[in-house]
Order: sequence, then structure tokens, then C-alpha cells
Amino acid sequence: MITFHLTAHSNLPPYLQIVEQVRQALLAGVLRPGDRLPTVKEVVGSLAINPNTVLKAYRDLEREGLVEGRQGVGTFVTRRPDGPSPSDQAALRRALATWVAKAQRAGLADGDIESMVRSVLVSTADEGVA
Amino acid sequence: MTSPDRAAGAIVADGLGKRYGAKWALRDCSFAIPQGRVCGLVGANGAGKTTLLRMLSGLSRPTTGRAEVAGQTPRDAVEYLGEIGYLAQDVPLYRRWSVTDHLRMGAHLNPRWEDTAGRERLRALRIPLEQKVGTLSGGQRAQVALALALAKQPHVLMLDEPVAALDPLARRGFLSTLSEAVADGELTVILSSHLVADLERVCDHVIVLSDAQTLLADDLDDVLATHRLLTGPRRDTAAIERDHTVLRIEKTHRQVSMWVQLHGPLHDPNWHVEELGLEEIMLAYLGLGSAAPVEPELSEAAR
Repeated sequence: MITFHLTAHSNLPPYLQIVEQVRQALLAGVLRPGDRLPTVKEVVGSLAINPNTVLKAYRDLEREGLVEGRQGVGTFVTRRPDGPSPSDQAALRRALATWVAKAQRAGLADGDIESMVRSVLVSTADEGVA
Repeated sequence: MTSPDRAAGAIVADGLGKRYGAKWALRDCSFAIPQGRVCGLVGANGAGKTTLLRMLSGLSRPTTGRAEVAGQTPRDAVEYLGEIGYLAQDVPLYRRWSVTDHLRMGAHLNPRWEDTAGRERLRALRIPLEQKVGTLSGGQRAQVALALALAKQPHVLMLDEPVAALDPLARRGFLSTLSEAVADGELTVILSSHLVADLERVCDHVIVLSDAQTLLADDLDDVLATHRLLTGPRRDTAAIERDHTVLRIEKTHRQVSMWVQLHGPLHDPNWHVEELGLEEIMLAYLGLGSAAPVEPELSEAAR
């Protein structure tokens, strides 16, 4: 069994912090297929958060196929997460490194680059929603 | 008695208003909070929060409009008061009575009384049930008051600044208990607080009052998804002001910052877009009444 933590300083909303902590625990092998996640009431009681936040996180994980809710029993781990293949990840990283080098040549500092990336992430997310 | 509005929400206000003499404490307040939500009620002191909660709890009659809570019109009657829980600001307990005395009285007055869970919780919190309530700490008294309100098994729970006087640990404990109760069933909660960080954790719905007006009433996720801070070089903001709601605008000689409620996608890619937390969104709304601070040209030139 794992416990969750929330920090106000994270860039992620609370439900995504929970999703991320489950993924990390799965990748690290702390959680394995067959393990039960804490119940909604347990999480809510320890973190003092809205039950829907936990439900939303578990639904997200379920949609990804990482966990499975069983009526009246609990939520169980089904498999490890699979990200992009290592070669895809390497290719994306190379492309980003090329872009970062270009941005630095143009005179952007690290902080400028970070804030530009964040701004683009936010506005593409908004377009997806609207 | 069921009314057609019931499907619309567990707590519904329709043009609700309250006037004391010539002064409106709350005006034309309308919203619908769906069942099972935890609604945070925010606003400056005197904005109308307590007035709204008193009307919803049946303690005060509206001057205009109507409310419906758990399918009933709030009123000072047993059939209504038995369905709701209400904690006023000053934690109304009898200081010379023990916790057990309170539980006994609750069981005597309420037909659906169920205090086993509350007793167990209070024991787990090491609150001495035989001790006089007046000798307990503020955090313990708040937990006792919450346990009593929950033992009524209310459909709707209304809390007026329940954690204002508590230290951070006691506050967290109180909100844990509250959240657990919500996780248990179909309870709908409305609570007022100035502590927006707490509300952002425990609430999934929010109502903002300012100067007797309702500025916002919506699910928290929608509020967070539609409010953004736009910054950029100073230029024409007419297009943004036409398509979206600008809550607050700050202009210097060269830069514009706008706190905006978006009503659709933002087409102009030249704005730097940032997400806003609930606290920043609240401040943008609560500053609405005051004049927008526009930096004078002089100070810019003086730099």
C-alpha cells in the first residue's frame, strides 16, 4: 500500500499529483499488478481533500488501463505504465535539444525558455478544451 | 414535498435577496449546487456570506426570491431543520455540558440520530467524552460540533467559517473529518472561509460574493479551466474585452496584464498565457469593485 502527498508548489493540480505518484510507484516497482490502491475514503481522510479529486485520479488511471475498479472491493493495479518506446523518447529529446540550442543562440535564458514552454503547454491545452 | 427544482440541485437559490433597512445584505443571488458537492463560499467581510447561510438554514427570511434546500423551502420548522445541519460561526455548544450530554440531547431531539461513528471518531481523536465542553480546546470543540451536526445524518450541511479560529493542525483534522463524511454518502456541503488554500483542497464548487452581489457560482474545475492571466506588450485590448470577460487589467507604459475569464479559445498567440490558482482568481474578482490600478505615466517616466 502507498500513501499520497500533495504540495502546493507543484505545477500539477492535486488529481494529477495522485496520478503521477501512482505512475512513479508503478515504474519504481513499489506498486505491482494485483496491489490494491488506498480507498477513496482513506485518501480523503489522510489528505483532507475532496473525494472527487481522488475519483478523478483513479478514473484517469483506469482509462490508461493501469488500474481496475472492482465494485465494492476496491481499485487494483493491472499493469505497469508504458511510455513512448526508448527510441521514440530519445528522438523527441534530440529534437528538443536542437530547439533549445536555437533558442539559446537567439538569446533566451533558461528561465525564458521554461516560461515559453509552459505558456505553449497551457495554450494548446486550452485549444483542446474549448 | 418534492418540487420540480429538486433535480437542479441540492441547494438552489433563485433571485434570493435580503434587505436590512435601506441596505441590501444580499441581492438577486441565484445558483444551483448539485447534490454531493462541497461548495466553498468566499467573499470579503460583509459580502453577504453569513446572510446567505442564515437564509438557507431557515433562520432568516428572504426579502426577495426563494431558496430550496434538499427539496424544501428553508424555514424554522422541525420537518426542515431535521434534514439539514448548520454550524454558526461561534460553535454553538453548551460549555457546562459534557460531550456525552450533547450526544444524548441530540438523540432525544432527532429521529434519525446516529452517533456511533461520531463517538468512535471523537475517541480516536482522544477527545474526553465526559469532560465539560468549555474545557476542551478550540479544535476539539469544532470536532465535537461537527460530530453532532453529522450525527443528525443531514442531507445538506452548512458551515459558517468553521475553521477560522483553528490552528493549522486542528484545521486539517476538521477538514479530514468533513471530507470523509462526504466520501461516505450523498451529503452536500456549503462552507464559508477566507482560507482559499483550504477551499481549493476540499471543495469542488465555488461561490464568490462581493458587496451583496454573486460574482461567480460554478464547479471548481470549470473555474480553474476558464481563468487565465494574459500578459504582453502594451497594445489594443479591445478584441480580448469583446470575446472574454476581463476581471482586472494592469497597464504600464509598455506592458498589459489581464486577469480574464475565457469564453472560448484564445486566437491571438502573442499573449503570454498563465494558469491561475483559486486564490489569484478570487483576488481578481474581489478587486472588481475597486478602480483598476493603472500605473500613472509619471512613475514610468521617473524610472
